[in-house]
Amino acid sequence: MLVGHRTWIFNQKPVIISTGTVGGPFEAKGKIPEAFHILHDDMWLKQASFEKAQQMMMEEACQYAIKNSPIQKEQVTFFISGDLINQITPTSFAAKTIGVPYFGLFNACATSMESLALSALILNSNGAEYILSGSSSHNAATERQFRYPTEYGGQKPPTAQWTVTGAGCCLLAKKGTGPIVTSATIGKVVDMGMTDPFNMGGAMAPAAVDTIIAHLRERNVDISYYDLIITGDLGHIGREVSLDLLHDNGIEIKEDQFVDCGLSIYREDQPVLAGGSGSACSAVGIYGHFINLLKNGEAKRILVVATGALHSPLSVQQKSSIPCIAHAVSIEAGSDAL
Amino acid sequence: MADKKKKNLPPAAQKYKAFQQKRETKRPILKNCVKAFFVGGFICLIGQFISTFYIYFFDFTEQTVGNPTTATLIFITMILTGFGIYDRIGQFAGAGSAVPVTGFGNSVISAAIEHRTEGFVLGVGGNMFKLAGSVILFGVFSAFVVSIIKTILIQWGGL
Repeated sequence: MLVGHRTWIFNQKPVIISTGTVGGPFEAKGKIPEAFHILHDDMWLKQASFEKAQQMMMEEACQYAIKNSPIQKEQVTFFISGDLINQITPTSFAAKTIGVPYFGLFNACATSMESLALSALILNSNGAEYILSGSSSHNAATERQFRYPTEYGGQKPPTAQWTVTGAGCCLLAKKGTGPIVTSATIGKVVDMGMTDPFNMGGAMAPAAVDTIIAHLRERNVDISYYDLIITGDLGHIGREVSLDLLHDNGIEIKEDQFVDCGLSIYREDQPVLAGGSGSACSAVGIYGHFINLLKNGEAKRILVVATGALHSPLSVQQKSSIPCIAHAVSIEAGSDAL
Repeated sequence: MADKKKKNLPPAAQKYKAFQQKRETKRPILKNCVKAFFVGGFICLIGQFISTFYIYFFDFTEQTVGNPTTATLIFITMILTGFGIYDRIGQFAGAGSAVPVTGFGNSVISAAIEHRTEGFVLGVGGNMFKLAGSVILFGVFSAFVVSIIKTILIQWGGL
């Protein structure tokens, strides 16, 4: 049901009945290794290319989510997902293996929440029984596409971010036990004329703030309604800029209420510069870590704001600015946990 | 130029840019320069050792030792790049490891490794000089321009 201009309220309360997250070796050494259901000690996953490794991770995440749910693969109605590689081949190839009707999405690092919002909408309107929703990214595959070869010895500025190697997905159902998806606000593309591809956080912050403000206004709730506002991959700079922008807009958000997946996955001493990023960043952060806070009652309501920078290597070389987007989805602890 | 670019932006974007810049972590330029100076100098020192070694033990002169020294340095770079060490040195040293010939070698070798999955001809062959190609092109072109200037000065300038 649409409220306001761009917010959906899901009256049917779609439930996240299970999740699956996969991570690479660098993530295993991070701050929250327990957030990953499957961890690999090899960047290649014994595959011939990084792209195939990414496909493999997506498949494993989906299989794990299905295995840990009461349903069979054949009962899944749709698989809605995306990634960062050119024609989202890792996701599409994974969809081939999974063999479920498939929607491929691209919203850069905001894909995870775009997918969750659409999945919840489809379930809310009785368009499906079970939906697999997620996203994936691979550090080396993304680096080689957007920046330089992996082994190239260029110096990155302190504003650069580290793409997460991983995949995260959730199985969304009409009924069941688990956290429920209550509403979603679809983001507008915001372009503040930022041109530095090594400073994504700074470019994406206005999009995140725009979506958060729109969400609160359209749902007519105060920021204190949510226990946590979780952004996807703003990093140190983006988080700080967003906090200040929110305060400037009269939103009294508390420092510890505003967390970022990109800053939660890695330890401070890992060389990730401004923090983690990539389309897997928000997916593994939410489906691996923050969902557990809802399950064990540490948080009751969270608002997930996944941010994405919609540029390509070509558009950056052609001196276009970086347009950004953010989608917000609110997830609440299910009635069984309350 | 940066100012000219800025003027084309709408006022809100200009304001945001300034707002964002205040919160951006700056590149530690002085620290980077010092690191680059010492790492770059250290690479050159190794190069000097190698050439002295070649002159002392083999039949090379100061004029002819340049090529084998360069080749040895590039070989070492190749090993370090293959083992994934050179990019870490690069992140630490910046220009210090990019400017010497080892940086050039790294840019060729890393691209060759990267595109191995696309095959030898279109992958490795086609992409090996993706980063180094412009160095070769503009290096050769500027050498050409400089030699024309030199020729003109010698022929007609009476130098």
